[in-house]
Amino acid sequence: MLDLDLSFVTLELMRKFILQGFVFSVQLTVVASLGGLVIGTLLAICRLSGWKTLAALSAFYVNTMRSIPLVMVILWFYLLIPLLTGHSIGVEFSAYFTFVAFEAAYFSEIMRAGISSVSPGQKNAALALGLTPAQSLQQVILPQAFRNMLPVIFTQTIVLFQDTSLVYAIGAYDLLKGFVTAGKIYGRPEEAYLLAAVIYFALSWAASWGVKRLETRIAIVR
Amino acid sequence: MIELKHVSKWYGQTQVLNDCSTQIALGEVVVICGPSGSGKSTLIKTINALEPIQQGEIYVDGVPVHDPATSLPTLRSHVGMVFQHFELFPHLSVMENLTLAQIKVLGRSVDQATTHGLKYLERVGLLAHKDKYPAQLSGGQQQRVAIARALTMDPKVMLFDEPTSALDPEMVGEVLDVMTSLAHDGMTMMCVTHEMGFAKRVGTRVIFMDVGRIVEDCSKDEFFNHPERRQARTKEFLGKILQH
Repeated sequence: MLDLDLSFVTLELMRKFILQGFVFSVQLTVVASLGGLVIGTLLAICRLSGWKTLAALSAFYVNTMRSIPLVMVILWFYLLIPLLTGHSIGVEFSAYFTFVAFEAAYFSEIMRAGISSVSPGQKNAALALGLTPAQSLQQVILPQAFRNMLPVIFTQTIVLFQDTSLVYAIGAYDLLKGFVTAGKIYGRPEEAYLLAAVIYFALSWAASWGVKRLETRIAIVR
Repeated sequence: MIELKHVSKWYGQTQVLNDCSTQIALGEVVVICGPSGSGKSTLIKTINALEPIQQGEIYVDGVPVHDPATSLPTLRSHVGMVFQHFELFPHLSVMENLTLAQIKVLGRSVDQATTHGLKYLERVGLLAHKDKYPAQLSGGQQQRVAIARALTMDPKVMLFDEPTSALDPEMVGEVLDVMTSLAHDGMTMMCVTHEMGFAKRVGTRVIFMDVGRIVEDCSKDEFFNHPERRQARTKEFLGKILQH
């Protein structure tokens, strides 16, 4: 049966193997969520603009991205770019780029729902005051859309944090890879995987708890 | 001040405004009434181009609203509008609601905009609530802030789209009081409302609409004092709402 020995887990090991991976996972999560949110918001604006071609292009991008498994996007991008351009772009850059592009599709749908959740009367009121359509969007619609969707945005970010472990496909050194490496070196792969699961669970659970608290706070303010 | 010439509008196949013409002079308080679906809200929204028209001409202070070359933001900054559901911006404080457009549209400094905003907030009697958020105010208070917000832009004319319809009965009075004092100050006003008491007290003219047409357009005295000269449709409507 499973005979667990966690004695190899020391601060030394954490510092040597895990910290670097943890930092990369967090950085990837932050960059992908911020980048994805900005580009996703632009995609949502295009989708909801009256311009048919622009809306169709945005819809095509979003639907395509959402129909392909993330791990395939990660792999394709990493393998295709050197083929097309002739030089390699590096594992980390490839991961950042792919995640921003992929998450943009999901955040676009979240922001589209957010913009639609703001009543049309708000836009009319903004326009009636003399604000341009762009100012109305920026000053009145988007702040409300963003606030309405904040809990969903954070939830998506937690999912994103878990998804960053898929960079194993291109060999990037993230949190999971840190544990796997340590497990191999100390000959304790089962314990290492188990510990990785516990850490991912604890971080995600703590973040979910934070989002729930945030939700109740927003509910009071409104 | 405002001139509508043969204005027609369609939503797809459905005609919602049918050859509407009227003029509003400086300082007039025109009350627009009629059954729901008669096009009165749509008509008032054509004046600041929130509702585009397909036929006819609209001039506000000489500016052709129907002309695609007209800058709508500039036009709208001169035309105040108050909505049925207040439409204060819930993510901004009362003061920020009052200053946003002054700063972004009129280019006023924060100080100027704040001073101006406080002046109108005092006028509607809500100075004590300047730092609150809209959700912390009652409906009547929200609508008074909305009126103050429109006034901070120093509009040439004020449009009211059923300003008291969404209010609890006991809050209607405070909003009508603000509107009455505005009318007494000589503001040009167009007001879609079912408040016939307000129309009698402060209106100068009454427009009655039905199925997208202007059925009556006459002075207040003529409208209320000579029911025998009204169209059959107007009599029927007045009979229904004045009984109560």
